[in-house]
Amino acid sequence: MLEFFAVLRDHTFMQNAVVIGLLASVACGVMGTYVVVRRIVFISGGISHTVLGGMGIAYYYGFNPLHGAVVTALFAAIVIGLISLRYHQYEDTIIGALWAVGMAVGILFIYKTPGYNVDLMSYLFGNILMVKTESIRVLGYLDGLIILSVLLFHKRFMAVCFDEEYSKLQGIGVVSTYLLLLCLVALTVVILIQVVGIVMVIALLTLPAATARLYARSLVQMMIIASILGAVFTSSGLIVSYEPNLPAGATIVVIAGLAYLLATAVKGLSTRFHGRGNK
Amino acid sequence: MRQEKSVVQINHVDFSYDGALCLEDIVLSVQEGDFLGVVGPNGSGKTTLLKIILGLIHPLRGKVEVFGETPERARHLIGYVPQHADLDASFPISVMDVVLIGRLGKSPLFGRYRKGDRQSAEEAMQEAEVHDLRNRRFGTLSGGQKQRVLMARALVGRPELLLLDEPTASIDGRVEQDIYELLKRLNESVTIILVSHDLGFISTYVNRVACVNRRLACSHTEHITGDVIEACYSGPVHMLKHKCEL
Repeated sequence: MLEFFAVLRDHTFMQNAVVIGLLASVACGVMGTYVVVRRIVFISGGISHTVLGGMGIAYYYGFNPLHGAVVTALFAAIVIGLISLRYHQYEDTIIGALWAVGMAVGILFIYKTPGYNVDLMSYLFGNILMVKTESIRVLGYLDGLIILSVLLFHKRFMAVCFDEEYSKLQGIGVVSTYLLLLCLVALTVVILIQVVGIVMVIALLTLPAATARLYARSLVQMMIIASILGAVFTSSGLIVSYEPNLPAGATIVVIAGLAYLLATAVKGLSTRFHGRGNK
Repeated sequence: MRQEKSVVQINHVDFSYDGALCLEDIVLSVQEGDFLGVVGPNGSGKTTLLKIILGLIHPLRGKVEVFGETPERARHLIGYVPQHADLDASFPISVMDVVLIGRLGKSPLFGRYRKGDRQSAEEAMQEAEVHDLRNRRFGTLSGGQKQRVLMARALVGRPELLLLDEPTASIDGRVEQDIYELLKRLNESVTIILVSHDLGFISTYVNRVACVNRRLACSHTEHITGDVIEACYSGPVHMLKHKCEL
């Protein structure tokens, strides 16, 4: 562990990794809360996997894959959002199709890109230690945008997530609110891809929030607890993975999974214990 | 004597889900101050009828007017109490925040609810006798308490028409009676349409009953006879058309 802190002190790549981890924690704590309570985990998975297509195309034409990721994520969020609102019964089929086709397009473009072949693995499984300093600024802006939007629209997001029908009766734009929410989820996905990669985005989007839900009394509380948990998971993942030279993304996800399991077990036991005590 | 003013006017409305006609030639008129009970077996189209009045779904044929306007335009005058079982009990939301959703359309686009919104919510909670529950998590409440919270949410918009969908489903008898007493009190100032699959209990509170089973038959409570009910639930429904007093 000492070695980790020595590296953190002396090397920018580790400082960047920690900062990215913290930026990601805020986004995943806040947006993950909506994803978990609104049960749009599958939709979020669809968005994140479609993103590979955009990253591949951007890479092929010599653009920054991060920009390709932002554009595709927003596009996927709007398409999937409209489908889930209009053709609810086909929702999972269409998301599944976008999910797979998006990845296939990405793989084709990456494969045909001339020159030194980019490490496909780092898109899929993330490589937080390789994130460039310039990306931090972009991710910082995305984080700021997410937080600002939530400050402005939280009461509408909460209402639409809890009771869509009643929100509609209130005359608020349920479709636009829902699409905005999905676009923010899409931006969160882009941030999280830097940390854990496309395949494991869902873990960071859901596990901190799902763990927080066990103890939170309100959405805001859930967001705060989830953000703190996210920070703990990403930082401890970096620390644990460094010396044995493990992939950081996968380590973070396993830690988050274990924490969720443990929290669920503790909650279950305490409920059972209290249940007996009351009888 | 109240001035007779039409609140809901439904003329020859048909509605179908995926081609199967589930409401046929519905004619219904609700006057100001009415307490109408809509009864019928499960799957008879009662909830569909409510959603048509709310403008959440649109009829295949026919015309619906609420306060002389389209349902969408009259929405701000309607309070709706859905079935609480349709709401996610694991959602971390306080009673206060649930009730505040009833002010969403009137509150500013950005940011938090205003002080006036919170005050209206507090008043509505007092009216529905759930003020002491305001900081509890909605999901931890009993069925009867949830029902009252949803009533408070409907009342917070100061509606002139209240629509309730099975307000006493999965609630025991005494609590059920409390809820009907509350509704009776509310009915002094608000027109009420209430959907229920259980006719026996509501007939003592409502002043009119509509039986729905694809078609609709309407009657003042004093005219409800065993025949009417039996016909609605099991007998040939077309017979009822002749008894409709609309």
